[in-house]
Amino acid sequence: MFGYVLKRLLIMVLMIVLVSTMIFFLFRVMPGDPTAFLVDPSITPEARAQMLSRYGLDKGLWDQYLIFMKDLARLEFGSSYFYNRPVLQIIGEKLPATLILMFSAMALAYLIGVLFGAWMAWRRGSRLETGGIVFVLFFRSAPTFWVGLMAIILFSAGLGWFPAQGMRTVGTPSGSFAQMFLNWDFLHHLILPSIVAALYFMATPLLVMRNSMLEVLSEDYVEMAHAKGIKPRKVLFRHAARNALLPVVTSGALFIGSAIGGQVLIEVVFSWPGLGREIVTAVTRRDYPLAQACFIIISTTVMVMNLVADLLYAALDPRISYKALKG
Amino acid sequence: MMEKVSRVKRNVNTQSVFHQFLKNIRRDKLAMVGVILLVFFVFVAIFANSLAPHGARDRHYNEARKIRRLEPPSLAHPFGTTDVGRDIFSQVILGTKTALTVGVLAAILVTAVGSVVGIVAGYYGGVVDVIIMRVVDFFYAIPFIPFVIVLAAVTKPSMWNIILAVSMLSWRTVARLVRSQVLSISKRPYIKAGRVAGASDLRLMFKYILPNVVPLILLEMAFMVNWAITAEASIAFLGFGDPNVPSWGQILHIASSTGNARVAWWWVLAPGMAIVLLLMSIFFVARALEEVVDPRLRRR
Repeated sequence: MFGYVLKRLLIMVLMIVLVSTMIFFLFRVMPGDPTAFLVDPSITPEARAQMLSRYGLDKGLWDQYLIFMKDLARLEFGSSYFYNRPVLQIIGEKLPATLILMFSAMALAYLIGVLFGAWMAWRRGSRLETGGIVFVLFFRSAPTFWVGLMAIILFSAGLGWFPAQGMRTVGTPSGSFAQMFLNWDFLHHLILPSIVAALYFMATPLLVMRNSMLEVLSEDYVEMAHAKGIKPRKVLFRHAARNALLPVVTSGALFIGSAIGGQVLIEVVFSWPGLGREIVTAVTRRDYPLAQACFIIISTTVMVMNLVADLLYAALDPRISYKALKG
Repeated sequence: MMEKVSRVKRNVNTQSVFHQFLKNIRRDKLAMVGVILLVFFVFVAIFANSLAPHGARDRHYNEARKIRRLEPPSLAHPFGTTDVGRDIFSQVILGTKTALTVGVLAAILVTAVGSVVGIVAGYYGGVVDVIIMRVVDFFYAIPFIPFVIVLAAVTKPSMWNIILAVSMLSWRTVARLVRSQVLSISKRPYIKAGRVAGASDLRLMFKYILPNVVPLILLEMAFMVNWAITAEASIAFLGFGDPNVPSWGQILHIASSTGNARVAWWWVLAPGMAIVLLLMSIFFVARALEEVVDPRLRRR
């Protein structure tokens, strides 16, 4: 167990180095001069050169890369061209908002998905199942950002139930963590984006649960439970659903990568001050340090979650040992 | 002898897939609806230029010579007008072409690369497999939308670059699925028989194994069309699309960036519904195919 985790962590570090290298060179071939944003064009050439050397942009590409890697090892991401503050500080401010939105959406999606998926398998072949499939496929087909726009039209602009953007009402205090996240105002802002995100996330757990349930329902022990005269609902949730849950948990791993993409779009639509929205604005502003740090943090999050899902899989299914995972 | 048997088996397999698929479509009402909708969309895409009543950027004026600013749907403009008096109906029709072009081309590219990589990894196994799967793992660690945003910003905004960006990150899924299928197929006796009979590796991979994974590949291709269309729309929505090519994502981008998305519901509703209907029709068709690939899903 320990050896396996260690090996996975080592691979992860290697992957982070590779991803960071890729992103470093990608940003350097980008068209557009980052100095145009940094330095007033009317400035004298001497002052411009001074600015460039301050940010290390006068050095060769290879030297820049070495500095970048050394800094990465020390978790030093430099300072943002745009904000003129350490990148890590900005990410630290944005990350909680992203994680809270993502986890509340996922919890909601898995809860609805698992229950609804089990129910759909149970009602296989009925009209209700067809209706359910159309419903699920609708939200799987609809781009998240569009559902978000429609939700804003309906529930914010139309009915006025929820605020359309941001995560707190303008003017409320925003100093401490509690002031920002632990209050009704924040929750009120959280509801609409997390429901929209959950509708998008829901399809994967739901369809996996449904297929896995169909498989489990044809097993002998389910028939046996029926034969014993156990109430259908009890068979559904006590006997079948428990065993069908496993693939749902593991499917989470592969789905996290795409979930983060959806997250970016949701954050843009709802002006949610998170990491996803930050990477979009950073790229348009050609703010290299901030954009590449956001990217590295997001991919690291994906990798960590993949590892967690794998470990969870092994912990939940006694048939899978760490040895099998290695192979 | 074995050689003959395997050939017969192969032919039956490929034929029955198509047969089963047609049978599923005839039986499954949703799949039928999907086929009809899909044919409709393809028709609109092919004849988009003649079907669109106006140009995407034409401005329209009313009787009083004033710009038709943000008009809700009417007979003259079935999907309403934008803030500068452009016809949304025409934009949606022209966008169909972009969506389907990106979807189909990216899907072909992705499945071609993914299938070849998957077959090679699954067939050779050993070191080749390990190396390829590590590369696949690497691509899995890259978050899709953030990467595509960066790539779209690095390269000039154009439809081709979006196709390329989508393809670069999506072949991994196909490769992984095809590989696991090939792993089990290459252990079957008829492969061994073929090898004994002197068939080359290439022949074994593409004449013996490939036909057996074709249904899976087709299914993945259908999903990839949807994936690519959504990705293109997302990129265009974020403002990294080609400004000169009308697309559904771009319509939504302009609606939202001009701050009109909250009021002008027609501006948001039409292109979004187009995406939803197109993707759903492909999902419905894919479902009929899915039942061929995985017999357990068949209706009892």
